[in-house]
Amino acid sequence: MVMKRSVGSQLLASVLVNSIYAMKNYPVMFINTLLAPFSILIVIILVSHGGLLQVGIEGALIMTTITAGIGLQADLSHLKNDMKLQDMVVSSPTTSLTYVAGMGLSELVFSAPVMAVLAVLAAIFIHPTLVQSLIIVAVMGISFIFSIVLGFVLSTFTSDVLQSWGFTGILSVVLTTLPPVYYPISYIPQPFQILAYISPTTYAAEIVQSAIGFISISTFNLAVDWVVLVGVCIALVVIAYKKALWREP
Amino acid sequence: MRGVVCKGISKTYDRKTYALRNMSFSFPDRGIVAMIGRNGAGKTTLMRIMATELMPSKGSATINGIDVVKEPGRVRELIAIVPQEARVMPWLTPRQTVLSYLLYRGFGYHEALTRARRSLGKLGIGKFENVLGHKLSGGTKRKVLVATVLASEAKIIFLDEPTTGLDPISRAEVWRLLQRLKSNYLIFLTTHYLEEAELLADSIGIIDRGKLLAMGSIDELRKKAGQQYSIRVTQEVKPRSLRGYKTTKFEGGHQLMTSEKKAFELSDKLIREKARFTINPVSLEDIFYRFAKKSIESEETSGGGDEW
Repeated sequence: MVMKRSVGSQLLASVLVNSIYAMKNYPVMFINTLLAPFSILIVIILVSHGGLLQVGIEGALIMTTITAGIGLQADLSHLKNDMKLQDMVVSSPTTSLTYVAGMGLSELVFSAPVMAVLAVLAAIFIHPTLVQSLIIVAVMGISFIFSIVLGFVLSTFTSDVLQSWGFTGILSVVLTTLPPVYYPISYIPQPFQILAYISPTTYAAEIVQSAIGFISISTFNLAVDWVVLVGVCIALVVIAYKKALWREP
Repeated sequence: MRGVVCKGISKTYDRKTYALRNMSFSFPDRGIVAMIGRNGAGKTTLMRIMATELMPSKGSATINGIDVVKEPGRVRELIAIVPQEARVMPWLTPRQTVLSYLLYRGFGYHEALTRARRSLGKLGIGKFENVLGHKLSGGTKRKVLVATVLASEAKIIFLDEPTTGLDPISRAEVWRLLQRLKSNYLIFLTTHYLEEAELLADSIGIIDRGKLLAMGSIDELRKKAGQQYSIRVTQEVKPRSLRGYKTTKFEGGHQLMTSEKKAFELSDKLIREKARFTINPVSLEDIFYRFAKKSIESEETSGGGDEW
């Protein structure tokens, strides 16, 4: 008789392993995740004398989703290479898609406390309309998907924690250091602005900054931002489907 | 057919490095099968292919009649594996470890929790169920991993070196556990401990450089090796009866492997000669070295016959 299996349970397994149990058993993890995004936000607000408060808050929201993907890459590498959890899961009825989705959810759960705090700050200081809120949530969602998919693909190619650290460093530069998330791109000197556009996070930031009225860009440029952001997301999902190593060749 | 069947399984890397070469075998769906071999012999590669983690380069394998290569999803419903370097996650308790794995297998939360507690209890580690992984001893950690797969519905269990790194007492505990389980499960294990394979396994495969050199019960391997008995003479001077035979010298004596018939003939002669000796069935260690053409002792050549 074939056993009826619950995909919900399989998703829950990742959430428990990678976030809830980690935060419950090691409370320091919870405190760290709560504090981490505020360090840059506080510096930005202080340096700008409050002028970048609103854009800083939306920047922190985007950065939280991107950081989730970077964190996922490190977590998946650790669980795969050091704990061999992934090997046990590959040989179980859980599919790669369910595993990645569950791990992605776990990062969301991990980020939930800080997102809640940032959402309250956004409500107080940005007063977004419903449309603006939807745009911010959509951009965060797309950023989250491409970052976790990228994290998963890279993690399947790592064989030890050193490689994982290498990928984490590169992802941090490309996805969080280069892009002007906490401030407008015009703050970057002209010859270097082009570099910022290497990162998909820049397009996400432009859309959100435009939505809350912090910067003004043409409809064409806004459309380009959406196309690039969604295109990168789709491309990474396709790459993950075709190239990520679940069962090794 | 129920059980495991492998036909001509090969695995190459870069089209030139052979990890496995044309490996074929079968065994039923109950009992313990042990694969022994040196480091890099191909034991883990074989296990990973059978457990659907790795694709073979050639050949086919089935588990209970389901193709491992073509239908991995169906095979995964039947199997569970504890990989060689699997570790208990230090931030999880044993109960959380087993529960999470059962959730991955698709059990509902409450059933998973019940099964987790029952499995930990069965392995005698229920009292540690709420202790964080990093506080557990090495033996308990290993038992937690075994409890994890045994709590599932899978009846074909792959254990890659399940007792490596355990102290003798913990190892003996795991052995007792596996012996208790073998009437209801097919346990496919790899090991470096020859005594472990000899003690536990119903069928033993000897692998070297990706080749399956021999497979069968210990008695079948003795027959395949052609020598069923080992005569160990514990005196420096080689007895007259053994002169003319190719023996192996060890510290304080000489060893001769031979057929059953010749062993009894020689033991009569040795008794008459009043030599100090023991006669025993050939051990798995002797067989392993025979097949792998490895010897830790220097050989003294002094004659012909069927000895080595």
